[in-house]
Amino acid sequence: MSEVNTSIDPSIMQAAPKGEGKMCMHVNDLNLYYGETQALKNISFEMKRNRVTAFIGPSGCGKSTLLRCFNRMNDLVDNVRTEGKIMLDDKNIYDHDVDITALRQRVGMVFQKPNPFPMSIFENVAYGLRLQGVNKRRVLEEKIEWALKGAALWEEVKNRLDENALGLSGGQQQRLVIARAIAIEPEILLLDEPASALDPISTLKIEELIYELKSQYTILIVTHNMQQAARVSDETAFMYLGEMVEFGDTNKIFTNPNKKQTEDYITGRYG
Amino acid sequence: MKSWFKSGTPWIWLNAGAVSIALVAVVGLLGLIVIRGMSHFWPAEVYQFELNSGNLLAEVVETETVAAGSVPGVDVSSGEVERHLIKNGNRDLLGSDFRWILENDIQKREQPDDVMVLERVEWGSFYGYLSAVYQLDKLVAEGETAWPELQQRLDRVLDLRVQINSIERDDVGAINYSLERLRLKEKRLQLEGEDTPEADSEIEHERKQLKLKYEVLQKTLLGLYDEIKRDSITARLADGSEIKMPLNKLVRAWQPNRMSVFDKTRFYFQSLWNFVSEDPREANTEGGIFPAIFGTVIMVLLMAVMVTPFGVIAAVYLREYARQGLLIRVIRIAVNNLAGVPSIVYGVFGLGFFVYFLGGNIDALFFPEASPAPVFGTPGLLWSSLTLAILTLPVVIVATEEGLARIPRSLREGSLALGATKAETLWRVVLPMSSPAIMTGLILAVARAAGEVAPLMLVGVVKLAPSLPLDGNFPYMHLDRKFMHLGFHIYDVGFQSPNVEAARPLVYATAFLLVIVIIVLNLSAISLRNRLREKYRALDN
Repeated sequence: MSEVNTSIDPSIMQAAPKGEGKMCMHVNDLNLYYGETQALKNISFEMKRNRVTAFIGPSGCGKSTLLRCFNRMNDLVDNVRTEGKIMLDDKNIYDHDVDITALRQRVGMVFQKPNPFPMSIFENVAYGLRLQGVNKRRVLEEKIEWALKGAALWEEVKNRLDENALGLSGGQQQRLVIARAIAIEPEILLLDEPASALDPISTLKIEELIYELKSQYTILIVTHNMQQAARVSDETAFMYLGEMVEFGDTNKIFTNPNKKQTEDYITGRYG
Repeated sequence: MKSWFKSGTPWIWLNAGAVSIALVAVVGLLGLIVIRGMSHFWPAEVYQFELNSGNLLAEVVETETVAAGSVPGVDVSSGEVERHLIKNGNRDLLGSDFRWILENDIQKREQPDDVMVLERVEWGSFYGYLSAVYQLDKLVAEGETAWPELQQRLDRVLDLRVQINSIERDDVGAINYSLERLRLKEKRLQLEGEDTPEADSEIEHERKQLKLKYEVLQKTLLGLYDEIKRDSITARLADGSEIKMPLNKLVRAWQPNRMSVFDKTRFYFQSLWNFVSEDPREANTEGGIFPAIFGTVIMVLLMAVMVTPFGVIAAVYLREYARQGLLIRVIRIAVNNLAGVPSIVYGVFGLGFFVYFLGGNIDALFFPEASPAPVFGTPGLLWSSLTLAILTLPVVIVATEEGLARIPRSLREGSLALGATKAETLWRVVLPMSSPAIMTGLILAVARAAGEVAPLMLVGVVKLAPSLPLDGNFPYMHLDRKFMHLGFHIYDVGFQSPNVEAARPLVYATAFLLVIVIIVLNLSAISLRNRLREKYRALDN
């Protein structure tokens, strides 16, 4: 997949040069309120490029809310107020002059439940490209093949691209949604419990896929499954009641956490 | 007993009973309409009655037994009497098509084989015996050979009539239409002060051309008129007198008592086809109802074309863009209540606003040359469709809103997360997925609009429209024309007809056709919706 980097259209992506370990996102004192309730409290951390960061924590701790801050999905919810900064390449994505659609093209997202559009497999993957004005059949075909290969789905669907995407199995649908997200070549992928609605074999495939995708994208993943976090992530954040209790190297978090809360959660004493 | 109640069995019986009553009602309604309407076209046997007052040829329409006291001229003491409603036709000779005769008055009743029934262009049916066929007053055939000769010559007359009609209506109609446009053009030039001698002479030249064309057609027509008048027949009435009739007054001739079941079936379907495909005659009591079917369908289609975009756009605003507050709630309630406003109120609104205000202003602005004759300032097809579009708007809005509300949030988010704006998401995902719901709204709207009569009487429907709203003259679709409508046709034939007995079966037949038209319109919309549902079945997962 090394040809991918060269194929990125510079007019679409104004991305900073990629490189392992380079700073990518910088969250600074983030607070989020649903009306009067505070859902995120003083979150601050940094993420590096081409690493997988996992967010773990009990239900309702705010990890999904935090994830949805990175592509400003929370803007869609009424009565949401966000304070603080999220710097993406030295630009606060919550600035007023930020083009949200451009942001969402740079920060792709995959949801908990597979949500393919009721169109053909081809059109699903082409959706984001068509939004950007790409309508040439040949260009689309190339990109779609690349994206489906990237999502490890090409071999299964290459002969039925014109069939309705809803005819695919749950796992295939989720990989299709990932293909749809990477087709527009984002820099960051947000995965919101991508495997929680899938059977173990599909889950395994998704995990392998995340491992593959790491070389191309910075990945943020929310998961309930701690083994999964341990398997796929480089860094892990443990969240509890809207606060980020601990953030650090995955190995360290899972073997020798600094905080007692983290240890209790990981060893299954609560959560 | 108590446990029987608790078991729920009585509920099941009650529910099943309600469903059965509803079913029986629907089947009974349709059955009545079908039987009464469709039996009209079956060629009935014709009897020769020998009455005290003389002889009669007639079909028996209906037989009933009544108390003697209720029949004038009958001795009350005779208890009950049987009487028949008969159709004796020959309105020009006998005064009326239908009459009641008492069973007791009938001295003899027979079914002569050679009775002939004629469907005529005017004066209804004729019952008699064929005597002879003449060509230009020269005897051609008599006795047994007369009947085939008549059939053959009648076919020729029908061919000629088709030719004459096509020339009169299409060719001469087109010339008249062009002449009228020329007149309007001339007047517009005068009004605008641009009636230069060149322009005038050009118009004069065109007019001459048209007149020349007309004269050629006129000559052809005169020839055809002579041709069609060539043949005639003489027929013997039941009382023995002879009558002469030119063939060009006839539409069809048949001998019902000689027809086999197969012949009758063929005749039946031919009559049915004529009813569906022909223009009405004789104050709508004879002939067909094609213009009414055509008018109904085209009006409903126009209405659908207008109401769908309006309703969808309004629903999208209400559901997707407007801030859900008190105002929107009030608007939504108001929209829902609009569906309950009596339709005649919409008719009054349509007449006052569309016809007089909008139409009047359009005329003043764009058709000053036509005044004092109105173009759009008078009831017509456009205003009828618009009025019905307003009438059905709430249905479409409510259905579309429900459809929009059912689109899962996850799909909208999926689209937004790919960098789509809200409008793009609406246009590419949400609206296509709501299309089955929009179609549902449209189906309800069509069902309501096709059956609506009251408002149409104010804004465009007439008893008899001289021409269809769609024809070969530019601009082909004449939105300003008045049109005929099946619903109004039922009312007109049923209540405004001078010939009640003749009209009655037509009321049923027309009602049946109206139901068929609505069913066909609905079925096509439903099949379209089902295909859309199949395509966007994501909602069910």
